[in-house]
Amino acid sequence: MHEMSIMQSVFDAAFKALNQSGETRITEIKLTIGEMTEIQDVSLRFAFEALKPNTPARNATLSITMLQPRSCCHDCDAEYTHDRFTMLCPHCGSMNVELLQGRELQIDALEADNEPFVDVDPDVDPFAQFLYQGGADAEPEPERVGD
Amino acid sequence: MSTIDLNKPILDYNDRLAAENHALLREKGVFVLDLMASPGAGKTSLILATIDALRDRYNIAVIEGDIASDVDAAKVKDYGIPAVQINTGGSCHLESNMIRRALDILDLDALDLIIIENVGNLVCPTEFFLGENAKVMILSVPEGDDKPLKYPNIFQISRAVILNKLDTLPVFDFNRAAFDDAVRRLNPQAPIFPLSATTGEGVQTWITWLSEQIERCDG
Repeated sequence: MHEMSIMQSVFDAAFKALNQSGETRITEIKLTIGEMTEIQDVSLRFAFEALKPNTPARNATLSITMLQPRSCCHDCDAEYTHDRFTMLCPHCGSMNVELLQGRELQIDALEADNEPFVDVDPDVDPFAQFLYQGGADAEPEPERVGD
Repeated sequence: MSTIDLNKPILDYNDRLAAENHALLREKGVFVLDLMASPGAGKTSLILATIDALRDRYNIAVIEGDIASDVDAAKVKDYGIPAVQINTGGSCHLESNMIRRALDILDLDALDLIIIENVGNLVCPTEFFLGENAKVMILSVPEGDDKPLKYPNIFQISRAVILNKLDTLPVFDFNRAAFDDAVRRLNPQAPIFPLSATTGEGVQTWITWLSEQIERCDG
């Protein structure tokens, strides 16, 4: 459930930046998340849908770029991508390794404009709508960046 | 239509407050340990065992994080150790602003070591820097040797991994070799301390390591 407080932090940063920009409506929020974090895409999207009504982000979409973990070996100087479970150097087996990428929790950018808000039916429960649409399963697969 | 670039950590605000906590504690010469584990893994028992072993060498205080109640803080205070209870009111982890308020209550000039007992949870506390010198986790034998495979992040970010309730090994199907191997793959540098906080077995090895961390910080 920490995705809710993480998304609240995203919104805090986004609204502050929006106010400084002179724009009024957020149309897209772009995040980069490392796979080595314990952040679930589906929970993050759920938190986004739950928090966005009645805010300047109520017409916004959420884009998430997932980053595959990458480490370097201090013994053989190899640099390699890996899964969440094995950091050991795949070339020499060394434990003397360092994680270079995979723990990101970053807000990259906003798309914003001064267009009027598209009204959302106040009787539509955003949770029900999100689930009716198939939740995160209905969303496009997050873009994954590895090598 | 315009693009507003932010390019900053989502938890920027938490991280900045945590850095302030860290700077304050460093100035006061206080070492801070953030102890994380599941509910019931033995966080409070290990804290009490650690207090027993180190109270003659260091002035210790404890910050207790729980969703509700002051049961743990009361146990620590019964030991004659200052304790601050933080009730998160449903939140699954501590954040740096909560620690800031607890630090305001404690007499930092009179302390060498603060142990933070995080909310019982193997997932959420891992993302939140509080200003600590080290995060350490406990897994207890009854939880099972497969936990590094299910909750990799907490094993990956911990400076050390404690395997508690070692005295229960004979009655649980816990594969030590599989556990150690999974932890090493996730976090090659972290030492593993098998111990029993209640019988005292293995506790001294943990205490020696912790003392080294505190002394290194002082130096």
